[in-house]
Amino acid sequence: MAIEIEQPRVGLSKVAVSKTHGEDSPYFAGWKAYDENPYHETSNQSGVIQMGLAENQVSFDLLEKYLEEHSEASSWGKGAPGFRENALFQDYHGLKSFRQAMANFMEQIRGGRAKFDPDRIVLTAGATAANELLTFILADPGDALLIPTPYYPGFDRDLRWRTGVNIVPIHCDSSNNFQITPEAMEAAYQSAESMNLKVRGILITNPSNPLGATIQRSALEQILDFAVNKNIHLVSDEIYSGSTFSSSEFISIAEILETRGYKDAERVHIVYSLSKDLGLPGFRVGTIYSYNDQVVTTARRMSSFTLISSQTQHLLACMLSNKEFSENYIKTNRERLSKRYDMIIKGLKKAGIECLKGNAGLFCWMNLSPLLEKPTRESELALWKVILNEVKLNISPGSSCHCSEPGWFRVCFANMSEQTLEIALERIHKFMEQRKRN
Amino acid sequence: MTQTRYSRSRSSDTEKENTGGGGGAAMRVIVPLQGVVQGRGGLVLGSIIPCALFYFLQFYLKRHRNDLDDQNNSNSPGQNSTTGSASSGKLAELPALTRNLSRGLPSPRSQRGPVSVSGRVSGIVKGADSPYYVGLRRVKEDPYDELSNPNGVIQLGLAENKLSLDLVKHWLAENAEQVILRNGKELSISRIATYQPFDGLMEFKVAVAGFMSQVTVKAVSFDPSQVVLTAGATPAIEILSFCLADVGNAFLVPTPCYPGYDRDVKWRTGVEIMHVPCRSADDFNLSIAALDRAFNQAKKRGLKVRGIIISNPSNPVGNLLSRDTLYSLLDFAREKNIHIVSNEILAGSTHGNEEFVSIAEIMDLDDIDRKRVHLVYGLSKDLSLPGFRVGVIYSHNEEVLAAAKKLTRFSSISSPTQCLLISMLSDAKFVQTFITINRERLQRTYALFVAGLKKLGIECIKSSGGFYCWADMSRLIRSYSEKGELELWDKLLNIAKVNVTPGSCCHCIEPGWFRFCFATLTEKDIPIVIDRIQKVSETCKLN
Repeated sequence: MAIEIEQPRVGLSKVAVSKTHGEDSPYFAGWKAYDENPYHETSNQSGVIQMGLAENQVSFDLLEKYLEEHSEASSWGKGAPGFRENALFQDYHGLKSFRQAMANFMEQIRGGRAKFDPDRIVLTAGATAANELLTFILADPGDALLIPTPYYPGFDRDLRWRTGVNIVPIHCDSSNNFQITPEAMEAAYQSAESMNLKVRGILITNPSNPLGATIQRSALEQILDFAVNKNIHLVSDEIYSGSTFSSSEFISIAEILETRGYKDAERVHIVYSLSKDLGLPGFRVGTIYSYNDQVVTTARRMSSFTLISSQTQHLLACMLSNKEFSENYIKTNRERLSKRYDMIIKGLKKAGIECLKGNAGLFCWMNLSPLLEKPTRESELALWKVILNEVKLNISPGSSCHCSEPGWFRVCFANMSEQTLEIALERIHKFMEQRKRN
Repeated sequence: MTQTRYSRSRSSDTEKENTGGGGGAAMRVIVPLQGVVQGRGGLVLGSIIPCALFYFLQFYLKRHRNDLDDQNNSNSPGQNSTTGSASSGKLAELPALTRNLSRGLPSPRSQRGPVSVSGRVSGIVKGADSPYYVGLRRVKEDPYDELSNPNGVIQLGLAENKLSLDLVKHWLAENAEQVILRNGKELSISRIATYQPFDGLMEFKVAVAGFMSQVTVKAVSFDPSQVVLTAGATPAIEILSFCLADVGNAFLVPTPCYPGYDRDVKWRTGVEIMHVPCRSADDFNLSIAALDRAFNQAKKRGLKVRGIIISNPSNPVGNLLSRDTLYSLLDFAREKNIHIVSNEILAGSTHGNEEFVSIAEIMDLDDIDRKRVHLVYGLSKDLSLPGFRVGVIYSHNEEVLAAAKKLTRFSSISSPTQCLLISMLSDAKFVQTFITINRERLQRTYALFVAGLKKLGIECIKSSGGFYCWADMSRLIRSYSEKGELELWDKLLNIAKVNVTPGSCCHCIEPGWFRFCFATLTEKDIPIVIDRIQKVSETCKLN
């Protein structure tokens, strides 16, 4: 008879076993359902259509055309001159040409209404890393960041997991189209104080994910004033700034600062990335733009953990510094996203579904609260499960975005062909008809 | 390090021990309590024990509320301030003071000066003044160039290998464009543009596993499903630190060591490093006795040791760990129930006659011990591609892999780079040629450089791998101390215009040792470098 000897299991850290990675939420469960049964135009027409992933696939052809015509971007040209320096380049300052190209691109997106200094740009492998890095730099473990709801589900993980920082929500609701108010900000601040949490900053996403709408100028002014009053930081995640449907409606915090003569700027930090506007999430390109020298220096050093491949920097520097390409891209991308948005709004309206009025982003914020049995989170999740498993559409429930009002859903529309979007709309239409009959 | 910090860690450590071995203690309390309840026990015990229990419970809850919050995934904080200050305290000067100060301040309207950043920042600012970084900056400002700047500073302080880049360049010139976008078909960006698994494309894992196998001369076969890819070895080390240790825990690190460990292991993790000094008398080889001593010292200081981090081949000395040492290490780790992280990033850059034994060979032996061994690798050294950011965590511990995979979202490898390298690494002929030629060139350059130093009366430890000569310049320093060493370093940097790394940056306990990286030099450069060093060594000898 064998004797079982219990071997001491060598332990892991709290970070490793914690659930703060957040992957047990419906947001991620929906993706899994899609992975297991993905829709395909020809080979799997009854599969799950992915509408829960904010990817922009509407403008790939523009990128491909550029790369086709400019081989030196992807191969260092004939004989590969410059390759050696590029391969060895691991300076956390990043390629100057790339930073310059990013600064120019960010200016173009804002219609030249704000200026960006390439030396204030810190490069990171994606905006996910940029947000985490800023959190490490601006707050200590146990401190808090205020974030308006509804917000990107990934923040729970990206901002809290390794940093030990807390998120305190600023509650927004449909009564005023989910806009951020001074009262809501103050309430959140007080709430944090009552929990003995030191508030270090407020983080806004503008244009908003999941709302798909830009923040108005007056609100931005109030948010900045609030940050100044409380002497805290303001992080503006402008990852969707190039995905607005019209060029004039997006106002960056950079513009507000400019009109104020950059007073109080040292508390403001902008996060950007090419994952949404350029549709290149696989390239892992993010930036932190800070008006605070100490933050720039520290972020740069910390970016050692998350550098962008020099090859990618080279490729994108070539592409983005080509003014003709970038101007055309921004304009065309806007038009296509706008067209998609119109298409989905019309289709949903036909099915009797209203959405929040949006003007940016890769998604719309859909109101299904009339369909809920009860105005509760449980009812919302029950409805979500039906939509995922029966209608076979992966959309994101508002509760995973911490929305305080049940019944709202985020629906992505830019990560598929028009045909697929048609099919998704048909499925929704059919579902709504069935509901009406019952 | 102040006494305050240690008492904090000690008490949290004790807490953990109490809760872990709580069974026995609990019995000692419950039995008399039962007696009280049943009317048999004494009044004194009957009143003291419940009171003690009550206070103990409060104390326990206070300490562990942080854990509960993590597990509940909620936003409520509890008494995080204790744990919070303990970790930030290790990096900042006066964290507790700052916090109280800002709380005590009056109404929102008053301007309180610049908005404050986290405790981590001051740690960063201090670190950047070390000779390691000062030297790198000087080279950047005034870099040597044979033609355009012959009096510039020569870089011997950065572990780059320029000896075989031409081979890579040649391959790229022939293949790059095809590979990144077309992959033999129509130009299509959608393949690489969209979201990919954060821990790397499976194809790339397969290619990297194959490369690692070739590097260890096929002695080990690496399983791609145990591979996690990261944007360089730097985040690989940090991710493992996050996964294997908690705030206030420690890793044992033999010294002299890679200067970057201070950043990679400690900075954001709140984890400590306990140095295990190796001595010139042992040729800086690791002794288990020293490991044991360091382990006990850590214990005395209230630091819970979670693992050992070894580098093999080692940086800066260039030692290879023998098979016997690896077995002894495993025994030690087993006895203490801790992890081993083996940084083998220079495995492909061995140039001596000694056999390189990867810890992966040992991993294949024992199922249970497999869970405690983790390998770090990367393409920055062996393939001379530090700019491309390719690092590897290789482990058989499923929990570690699962956690590490999730953390790679912060440090993913850019997809076009993955595609490019999949092709390059799958070209077995190219890889074989590269590894062979690279080794030959390293051997030749090493031999020439060591000979050059010898002519100046400077001896090096015999190295079998890596890009460095670990040189004994103690006879040339004025005072046998870190101060004397840094004076010599300064002379070398500003008079000889040669950037080398002083042993103190590598935490070497014996002053006077210097790390010279020779793989950035062409054969022509060597006499120039030796000549410049001679000028300084002559003046030192005269003193």
